[in-house]
Amino acid sequence: MATAAAHRTARTDADGARTAVGDTAEYERAFDAAVAADERIEPRDWMPDAYRATLVRQIAQHAHSEIIGMQPEANWITRAPSLRRKAILMAKVQDEAGHGLYLYSAAETLGTGRDELLDKLHSGRQKYSSIFNYPTLTWADVGAIGWLVDGAAITNQVPLCRCSYGPYARAMVRICKEESFHQRQGYELLLALSKGTEEQHAMAQDAVNRWWWPSLMMFGPPDDESQHSAQSMEWKIKRHSNDELRQRFVDICVPQAESLGLTLPDPDLRWNEERQQHDFGTIDWTEFWEVLKGNGPCNEQRITQRRNAHAEGAWVRDAAAAYAAKHTGETGAKQA
Amino acid sequence: MTATVPATAALALGDDALVLSHRLGEWAGHAPVLEEEVALANIALDLLGQARVLLSMAGDEDELAYLREERAFRNLQLVEQSNGDFAQTIARQLYFSTYQQLLYTELAGSDGPFAPLAAKAVKEVAYHRDHAELWTLRLGDGTETSRERMQRACEALWRFTGEMFQPVEGLDADWAGMEAQWLRSMTDVLGRATLAVPEGPRTGAWSAGAGRQGLHTEPFGRMLAEMQHLHRSHPGASW
Repeated sequence: MATAAAHRTARTDADGARTAVGDTAEYERAFDAAVAADERIEPRDWMPDAYRATLVRQIAQHAHSEIIGMQPEANWITRAPSLRRKAILMAKVQDEAGHGLYLYSAAETLGTGRDELLDKLHSGRQKYSSIFNYPTLTWADVGAIGWLVDGAAITNQVPLCRCSYGPYARAMVRICKEESFHQRQGYELLLALSKGTEEQHAMAQDAVNRWWWPSLMMFGPPDDESQHSAQSMEWKIKRHSNDELRQRFVDICVPQAESLGLTLPDPDLRWNEERQQHDFGTIDWTEFWEVLKGNGPCNEQRITQRRNAHAEGAWVRDAAAAYAAKHTGETGAKQA
Repeated sequence: MTATVPATAALALGDDALVLSHRLGEWAGHAPVLEEEVALANIALDLLGQARVLLSMAGDEDELAYLREERAFRNLQLVEQSNGDFAQTIARQLYFSTYQQLLYTELAGSDGPFAPLAAKAVKEVAYHRDHAELWTLRLGDGTETSRERMQRACEALWRFTGEMFQPVEGLDADWAGMEAQWLRSMTDVLGRATLAVPEGPRTGAWSAGAGRQGLHTEPFGRMLAEMQHLHRSHPGASW
């Protein structure tokens, strides 16, 4: 209780006397105590600069992943093979744009606006998830993305619903609900293909072959090579290690692959009775680092499309701003 | 009690919704601002929902969408026009949504087979029209560039608007009355957007105005080729 009270005091002080020289050490103790007590840090609370910067980096990367992630799936909207599938896919891609909006707003609560973050994305100073640098070559890839990529994302993101920063945690609650729909639609899409014609089954298997390993890489480098992990765990931004989450994902996928009638492309994948977990093969980390550096199959294509959409839309945004400036008074008058 | 569904009308309305939904879907990942990714997808989804109900009234929705040849489609030529820039997409939407709102309002008030769909859809369409109208105002009365682009878009699509008011077999509506209202509405919105109402003809000399008879424009064939390719590549498969 003492911690909560101290933290509230710090919040009030930070809010009320932002410009005054505060007792940083005291604020820091209150912050640490709040985090230790599993309390939520809110936008107007005092927080260490590094905590703020870490959150902005992580939330921005997540937001960027949502909007870049629209591209590989949007690639199939115009070719979806039935109207039902087309409606589902459009809704899914729309959800991703919506997730981008929540997340940019969450970052904004930390004092960094969407324009600034988009600039950083467009200029390559901020990243998005490398998984979206792989191409969607067939319709089955839409299913594989839903089942594996969204499945991995959920495994990563569910713990973020308990993240210490309030706005991010709350955005993640909503995002995770929608992501679980996405994951199920991917599974269901693959199931239809797997039980379909021989060609459809082959298409599904091929997609799983191509997406399995990149999905495992989505959890990030092994724990001993992950540069941000330790501090993020301490701040309760992150709750589980990369390897822990990766293992959890593998254990979830194995029985699902069996139900789908599809094979996961790893000859070393087997149940380990002793560990009560699956053993799996070695991830090709060279590929991971190469794609991260920009040498993936679609890095250039994705960022170019994003930059172009932004540049080609500039006149539209300018027009909206000019119109708003001309008519601000009117709107205000109407509202009043 | 069960009114027979006039297939020609179901196809005309269904194809309009299907084709415009497809065009709007092409924007995904290319919109000028994130809010418009959401908005354009929303309109596309509403239209696709309408298309599925309407096509199902005329037959199997997927057979109709994926296995008809270009000449069998009954949509307006307006809705098949390429997205162009954002101004062209908005002009197309303004013209079409205003028409659709008028038509669905009439159909919703009738006791024909389209009344239930129209009653539901007219609420969605009111938002589509509102969205298009707000953007018409912003672009028309925004910057010099946006006004030029919006004016050009309004002019370019004007010749596809006469077709909307050709009576469709099986639809009981006051076509002349709707056309007059549509023109009044355009004069009002474009005027407020500081844009000139186009003066050119509202139908082309040769083909414009014949979408309802299955005569389309060149961009439509390519659109269908893309839309139908995967479905046609796996005859008889379920998805």
